Amino acid sequence: MSGAGTATAVWGASDLRVSYGHVVALDGVSLTAPAGQVTAVVGGDGAGKSTLLRCLAGAMSPGRGQVRRPAKERTGYLPASSGIYPDLTVAENLDFRAQGYGMSRQLAAQRSAEYLDRAGLAPAAGRLAGQLSGGMRQKLAVIAAMLHQPELIVLDEPTTGVDPVSRSGLWWLIARAAAEGCAIVLATTYLDEAERCTSVLVLDAGIALASGTPAEIVAAMPGSLRSSQQRPDGDAFARSWRRAGRWRTWDPDPGPGAGDGQAIEPDLQDAVTVAALARQLRAGEF
Amino acid sequence: MWAMIVKEFRQVRRDRRTLAMMIVLPVLLLVVLGYAASFDVKSVTVAAAGPQASVLAGRLPGLFDVTTTAPGQGRAWAQNELRDGKAEVAVVTGGSRPLVLVDGSQLFAAKAALGALAELKAQAAAKPGAGAPAPVVRVLYNPGLNTSAIMIPGLCGVVLVFVGTIITSLGVVRERQSGTLEQLAVMPLKPRDVFLGKIVPYFLVAAFDLAIVLGVGIAIFGVPFRGNPAVFGLGALLFLFVTLGIGVLISSVSQNQGQAIQLAVMTLLPQVLLSGLIFPLTSIAAGVRWIAYFLPLTYFNMISRGVMLRAEPIAALWQPFLFLTLLGAIVVTGATLRFRAYLAPAARERGGRAPVPAAQGAGA
Repeated sequence: MSGAGTATAVWGASDLRVSYGHVVALDGVSLTAPAGQVTAVVGGDGAGKSTLLRCLAGAMSPGRGQVRRPAKERTGYLPASSGIYPDLTVAENLDFRAQGYGMSRQLAAQRSAEYLDRAGLAPAAGRLAGQLSGGMRQKLAVIAAMLHQPELIVLDEPTTGVDPVSRSGLWWLIARAAAEGCAIVLATTYLDEAERCTSVLVLDAGIALASGTPAEIVAAMPGSLRSSQQRPDGDAFARSWRRAGRWRTWDPDPGPGAGDGQAIEPDLQDAVTVAALARQLRAGEF
Repeated sequence: MWAMIVKEFRQVRRDRRTLAMMIVLPVLLLVVLGYAASFDVKSVTVAAAGPQASVLAGRLPGLFDVTTTAPGQGRAWAQNELRDGKAEVAVVTGGSRPLVLVDGSQLFAAKAALGALAELKAQAAAKPGAGAPAPVVRVLYNPGLNTSAIMIPGLCGVVLVFVGTIITSLGVVRERQSGTLEQLAVMPLKPRDVFLGKIVPYFLVAAFDLAIVLGVGIAIFGVPFRGNPAVFGLGALLFLFVTLGIGVLISSVSQNQGQAIQLAVMTLLPQVLLSGLIFPLTSIAAGVRWIAYFLPLTYFNMISRGVMLRAEPIAALWQPFLFLTLLGAIVVTGATLRFRAYLAPAARERGGRAPVPAAQGAGA
């Protein structure tokens, strides 16, 4: 998607701080988004994902820190609200977006047809966006953000609330855009999606807990994990969580015979959970 | 049911604007309208011309307030005084009988003046030869004293307020509610272009509505259009800018369409009741009348009635044009700044309330 001159461009943000009044939404968060790669921002509700993506897309300015992004004309953004007009048809939404980005009528028609075809929305071109299913509407929102073929695409939870088939379709669109050279940053609450990404930034309460490739984040996980049938008592109670019908317990400082259960290899989901627990432990929350 | 009642009270308590509308507004409206709701005319301004102008000024009943005397002038001057809205009644002396010209476009003042003149005439008839000869009375601009003739020009303004303020405020707040305003903020569009792009369609719709209302008023209700359409058009243009600006301002302080409607109604109601559309401005108590001079419809009424009924030239309407321009400049500047604040990315460090992003999404 990017031109030859920007094929190796690295967009991102460094040391961002954003406050809403006295509430700190982001504190010292940095992110890199290289061209041709998909970068995931993961975290729970209120972690600061949307605020980070807003800063990255230019929808808001941070109180402190630097954002590196292309010009508005070369940036695409899907806000959490989808940014689609429900009372316009699919084609009219794309037409408005194309005109807003200064595309010629001919190019707009050509790209709209191409992206509608990619998203499988061509038969729905004449339907009102408000009458589309959730998955179709998200696909429309994603292709609307890609229509002008930007160098950086910022997608705020593009797959939230979307059925598995539509999620797969959305990921095909995202992967194809990245393969064409676009830098993509997306927020997600699905860690299985984050595992597909080139790099991941884990946020919690506005603070970056971990970053790197999924493998690097897993490898950097402190301590060890055990899996057991019963939830442990004592100190370990607060460091355990239920997953796949069993209890996983994190030992920050494992020693010989540290506890009951079977030692297991962590995956990204475990590593992210442990990162949040480690932060709470450092903060003295348990 | 109890749970429902408690829930409703909790919601109402948190919606401060609705609470204010429910409690403060009725009291405020009662006080304001109590003073405003009056058709009683206590004074009629008079311009007197001709050699006996000064003498006549002293003889007129107390209702008539002679504001100008011009002994060297005649009927043409007197008529111009009425046309330009400088007086409601003009008296021309120098002939065998005084000529009294009454401005029919000032309906209630005209009716009060005609009543007083009829009384004067009856007194003169009761004592023949005792006083001055009975005057000749001519009602100008609205000889039939038709209510529709004075209401339709004002209603044109109400239509413009309705489309300009209410519909515009809904149109902009809809962008905010649906989250598309945030999308607009990141697109390579200038805030000015977005602002104009939002209001131009409503401007055109309002202009179309105005043409229809005018056409219906003229064709069905026989309202005359005696003045220069260009002057009327310029007044309507200025007025529309103000109303559209108010619409954008309202939308910028409203979280949803319900709040926008509430605020729009709160701006519409005083304009309808205090602008002179229904109650004559001079009949409104001075303690409340000052509000009228902050309402754009007050000035549009002056322009529309002046141009349509009295063919008032633009030179005589400089005051309403000036005040509309001032109001327009203030409101549109405020609306543009608010709109720009929405679209321009901004956040501050602690120490104050950060500007609210165009739309709040999950995960923030």
